[in-house]
Amino acid sequence: MAENKDYKVIGTRPIRHDGVDKVTGRAIYGADFQITGLLHGRVLRSPHAHARILSIDTSRAEALPGVKGIVTGDDLPAAEDKMADLGEGAVSLKYLCDNILASDKALYRGHAIAAVAAISPHIAEEACQLIDVEYEVLTPVMEVRQAMEADAPLLHEGLKTSSLGETSEESSNVASHIQHKKGDIEKGFAEADIVIDREFVTGTVHQGYIEPHNATAHYNQDGQLTVWCSTQGAFTVREQLAEILQYPISKIKVVPLEIGGGFGGKINVYIKPVAALLAKKTGKPVKVLMNRADVFEGTGPTPASFITVKMGATKDGKITAAQTSMAFEAGAYPGSPVGAGAMCIFAPYNIDNVLIDGYDVVVNKPKSAPYRAPGATNAAFGSETVIDELAEELNIDALELRLMNGAKEGDHRADGPVYPRIGFIETLEAAKEHPHYSSENGKTHHGRGIASGFWFNIGLESSVTISVNPDGTINLVEGSTDIGGTRASIAMQAAEVLGIPAESVNPSVVDTNSIGYTAVTGGSRTTFATGYAAYEAAQDVKRQMIERAAKLWDVDEANVQFADGEFSSINGKEEQISFRDLSGRLSETGGPVVGRATVDPPGAGGAFATHVVDVAVDVETGKVEILRYTATQDAGKAIHPSYVEGQIQGGVVQGIGWALNEEYIYNEEGTMTNASFLDYRMPTCLDLPMIDAVIVEVPNPGHPYGVRGVGEVPIVPPPAAIANAIYDAVGVRMDELPMSPDRLLKAMGKI
Amino acid sequence: MAKKSHVQTTINGESVEFLCEPRQSLLEVLRDELHLTGAKEGCNNGNCGACSVILDGRLVNSCLVLGVEIEGKSVETIEGLADPEKLHPIQDAFLENAALQCGICTPGIIMSAKALLDNNPKPTEYEVRYWLAGNLCRCTGYDKIVRAVLDAAEAT
Repeated sequence: MAENKDYKVIGTRPIRHDGVDKVTGRAIYGADFQITGLLHGRVLRSPHAHARILSIDTSRAEALPGVKGIVTGDDLPAAEDKMADLGEGAVSLKYLCDNILASDKALYRGHAIAAVAAISPHIAEEACQLIDVEYEVLTPVMEVRQAMEADAPLLHEGLKTSSLGETSEESSNVASHIQHKKGDIEKGFAEADIVIDREFVTGTVHQGYIEPHNATAHYNQDGQLTVWCSTQGAFTVREQLAEILQYPISKIKVVPLEIGGGFGGKINVYIKPVAALLAKKTGKPVKVLMNRADVFEGTGPTPASFITVKMGATKDGKITAAQTSMAFEAGAYPGSPVGAGAMCIFAPYNIDNVLIDGYDVVVNKPKSAPYRAPGATNAAFGSETVIDELAEELNIDALELRLMNGAKEGDHRADGPVYPRIGFIETLEAAKEHPHYSSENGKTHHGRGIASGFWFNIGLESSVTISVNPDGTINLVEGSTDIGGTRASIAMQAAEVLGIPAESVNPSVVDTNSIGYTAVTGGSRTTFATGYAAYEAAQDVKRQMIERAAKLWDVDEANVQFADGEFSSINGKEEQISFRDLSGRLSETGGPVVGRATVDPPGAGGAFATHVVDVAVDVETGKVEILRYTATQDAGKAIHPSYVEGQIQGGVVQGIGWALNEEYIYNEEGTMTNASFLDYRMPTCLDLPMIDAVIVEVPNPGHPYGVRGVGEVPIVPPPAAIANAIYDAVGVRMDELPMSPDRLLKAMGKI
Repeated sequence: MAKKSHVQTTINGESVEFLCEPRQSLLEVLRDELHLTGAKEGCNNGNCGACSVILDGRLVNSCLVLGVEIEGKSVETIEGLADPEKLHPIQDAFLENAALQCGICTPGIIMSAKALLDNNPKPTEYEVRYWLAGNLCRCTGYDKIVRAVLDAAEAT
């Protein structure tokens, strides 16, 4: 379906529409929102990782001058344990509510226990310290293998294991077991000349967005609830609020303000329902902000995991079998991304015999949330390291081995889907042809590694309306919150259809009362799906404008054509009018023109990436320096190449942080000991070289311009690529993330 | 609640008076009292640089300065950087280089870059990276930010 032609707007690099607001400090983010009569809320959080809540006494806090209201879990509507429909799958309502304000148990350090609204944030904070909570401290379960043991302390007394359609008799911390099978795994290993079988551990990491969560809520006297916030999806916030508060969806308006990063972590709600409860209790608008420690301790990290990977290949380099067992930490409530990891782990390769087992396991850590290609980075650290080892054993170049086994159109993944046209091989070829790959890299303790990655991308529902202004510009209204330049990439697709410059589009991201349902900005879907809706809405405008031209010239619509921004009549009358001039004549031809479209496109098209990295290892300190980094990626068609490069560069650097230093460090009580940016230590610009982003374009047949989502897959290869480079540099295979100096020194036998 | 203090200061070249509690940071004063919300709170402990402003010519994290400390001093914030008709060259360079994604760190990074270029108009790439290491960005991987600052140095 993808058009193949020269584009006027697509592929150019216009200034983003929201750019001036964001470089001048004028853009209004969630925490910047002000409203008359505002109170300030603060959440009291559990100091224990696992504890029964025996009592909560708020009387001392209530007596503090300036305190206007206090809520606890008792203020949530009594949640019967039903499954809540959140559009993207059902979840237990009790779990959902308990994560907002604990009812019977605190399940992680940082779990919300109560919240205060007061006339200033400082008073609210003081009041929190005056709330007396009596806890019975329980033994925490902090690691996935420990949690899976038969005699492990249980987080949820009623949680049974759902395993391949069966439910266990006994309670367990294992919420579910999934499996994907392809071919005959025993036969596949029997055919192999070489089999590598390894174990991997990855740490708990955070999305690390710079803007903490925020919410301001207000109930009008007519029962209308309005919530102003930053979120990846205003409509998912509305759905979650409706379920958690048991409140009619039609009485909730969610206004998305600018969002300061999300990476998957701003889909789940945390303090938004708390702000609503406090607003209800006080009758005033209430703003609740998290601080940085709250964000680390109270919001979704991405799971730690324990992964085994076993792969076999013949002497001539055919991978015959691949098997994995992946156990992911869900955090306090079920729902880790092990399912997505299971879809991605061997996906870049066409392997006849595959067996994938996945386990979703609860532990006393914050409930995990999506993080950029959730599950796929953990998975690829294992599989892409084992492939590197296979290549070495087979004496085949690691990139060649990937080329020999790489998935192509018509191949099918272990979990079922058959690939349409995909661009994995092209990313490998681009890496191979890049000067980086053939450059000199022979210094002592320097090494080069490569790794590939896959993310399936999603489509989901999006809505767009477009109204035509008299001067030939258009107003484009959408519901996808803009985290990284999507106003531009969506607007450009409409501009291309209408033959107008990107600058002639005024894109607006609006609230849930003002546009049709639009799913979250996530899953690398926004430029693909909301862009698709913009394309269709622009086509609707084009059709209506053709009607207007026909009316103007008194000709049949079939005799009006549109090309390069000009309408012209064919067959007889030689009339011509530009989109701009016709826009000025709408009143005389029937009134305003408004185009609309809703889409739920199925063909998101998978995203593939191949990364090449050079490192230097300081063998005295164990520190790894990134010397050079090249990332090739199939973008399908890059609408705004600068922002595609930006997604690649940003994803790579998050992957570098995950690989080398980011992790939650817990003490024996289950307290995170590094809940600050200083101690969690994300990469700074001094830690990095330039990141060379190479865009490969193999058009996605599922999108009119060939777009594939680009946001997520760049985080997938870095840990494995860096592990492979470390091996090349110093000859040790790293099997645990992060590959921090202490772990590397241990692996080298230095400490 | 402690008694509020009266503070007289200069912000973006304008004389400004405000009342604040002794415990309120400069960041809180800018955002909550003066409604200059361009400086952002990312950590409130000096780790992230999202609240960077220039105080008497020196780059500071406004979350680590008390509001009462700016009595008689001069503060430059992101809101004062552009002319009414024209962006500052650093702002232009950020737009041209697509050096922002979510934009939450952008005001702090631009103020940090301004403080750098005020003192070192032609920095090397290493000097830019060294100087900006106190400003965290989680979206961009810093590549385009560093290029934007180098471009802005070229343009001025």
